[in-house]
Amino acid sequence: MIELQHVTKLYPASARPALDDVSTEIDKGEFVFLIGSSGSGKSTFLRLLLKEDDPTRGTVVVNGKTLNTMSKWQVPKLRRTMGCVFQDFRLLRNRTVAENVAFALEVINKPHRTIKRVVPEVLEMVGLEGKAARLPHELSGGEQQRVAIARAFVNRPLVLLADEPTGNLDPETSEGIMLLLERINRTGTTVIMATHDYHIVDSMRRRVIELNGGQITRDQSRGVYGVGR
Amino acid sequence: MRVNFVLSEVATGLRRNLTMTVAMILTTAISLGLMGTGLLIAGMISDMKEIYYDKVQVSIFLADDVTAEQRSAIEAQLSDSPEVAGYLYESKEEAYERFQQQFSQQPELVENTPPDALPESFRVELVNPERYPVVAEQFPNGQNGVDQVRDEGDFLDRLFSLLNGARNATIAVAVVQALAALLLISNTIQLAAFNRRNETNIMRLVGASRWYTQLPFILEAALAGLIGALLAVGGLVLTKVLFVDKTLAGPIKAGIIPPVDWAAIATIAPVIAAAGVGLAAVAAYVTLRLYVRL
Repeated sequence: MIELQHVTKLYPASARPALDDVSTEIDKGEFVFLIGSSGSGKSTFLRLLLKEDDPTRGTVVVNGKTLNTMSKWQVPKLRRTMGCVFQDFRLLRNRTVAENVAFALEVINKPHRTIKRVVPEVLEMVGLEGKAARLPHELSGGEQQRVAIARAFVNRPLVLLADEPTGNLDPETSEGIMLLLERINRTGTTVIMATHDYHIVDSMRRRVIELNGGQITRDQSRGVYGVGR
Repeated sequence: MRVNFVLSEVATGLRRNLTMTVAMILTTAISLGLMGTGLLIAGMISDMKEIYYDKVQVSIFLADDVTAEQRSAIEAQLSDSPEVAGYLYESKEEAYERFQQQFSQQPELVENTPPDALPESFRVELVNPERYPVVAEQFPNGQNGVDQVRDEGDFLDRLFSLLNGARNATIAVAVVQALAALLLISNTIQLAAFNRRNETNIMRLVGASRWYTQLPFILEAALAGLIGALLAVGGLVLTKVLFVDKTLAGPIKAGIIPPVDWAAIATIAPVIAAAGVGLAAVAAYVTLRLYVRL
């Protein structure tokens, strides 16, 4: 499903590699926490999977495709199989909830009929039925993140990448978001979530990959955030 | 491709950067207007060459005291000469008439010129205009009733080099303006892309194709180019109606200057429009490739 082989990523501005000879494999349908302090390489890890960046050395494989050799015009096709969620939601402020979700389908040229059918479905799934006509600023943080998740999931991606999705939310709201991500995971979607939130990691008991200075220092199934917390 | 989506993006983009859009349209319009003017002058020059070079190459002005025998001797010499393709006699009266017509806009000049001030002449067309010196040699100045032989071609050459200069200068200014227009377009597109970075970022992440993301920006520039071109054509039309047709009416009627006809403007308009749309679109595309991550 997802495979990194001896991946090193150097950024020109920095002497230390963001990722240093990282190798790992993530299977279809897995739920993986990517943990580590700021600057440990979590975001770089996710960026490489999206082919936002190319590795300096090593190979990245997603859905059986080697990203290193993938040409530029194939990148959109790759990204259609992946959903992204961020700490800061990244909603379009001047569009309603439904329009925000529909936007993701419109720009990849899905037919109107499909959009009309699918958007209410996914809004119901994330628990936002009845709020389709609201604007993002009329929603709470948790609700905004649900919109973002709906947008990421509406095209039924094979992989969902979440970069600290609960970073801006209180523990209770975060729990709701985690339940939602778990539900998405149960549909067969692989979920990779970068996080600092040890409560969540400890309570979920899923696979944990810990990065430290660009290297994988721990890879544990049913892991916890860290010893001694 | 979802046409509505793309068009509404274009409209939003143009509205959001209104001042930049106006600046972009105006510079484009000026540049294209000058380019059109250059092309019109070029067309005029070739029309004028046809008018003049075909008509007259050498003028033989006769002395005031020329006798009838001298006149017919000259005429006989002209009609016998293998160098001469054709000739025309212009009497003092005809010369004055033509003068009146040419300078109808300056009545004082016409009033102050006595009808017999203008010399009679033979207007000679040569088989080969380059052979002017040979022909001139046969009619020495100040002898046999000849006052002066003049190579009109020489005068025309100088006139045309002046007009060519005017055309080149116009086109040079047009090119400089075009450069300014291109830089403005590039700037506007960068600004537009920055304003819409949220949208384009999301588009990139959900896998919208490059074209889908870029097209609104390119169309935005192309539309501005088209409006600029329309303004430029409008400017040319106004120039024709208000300047050429009015101020230059006399010389045009007299056949000194060819008229700027609608057909010429109609021929140039699509060229200007294509140039405006094409250059703007290419500038936008290159800008997106170079400066903007989509």
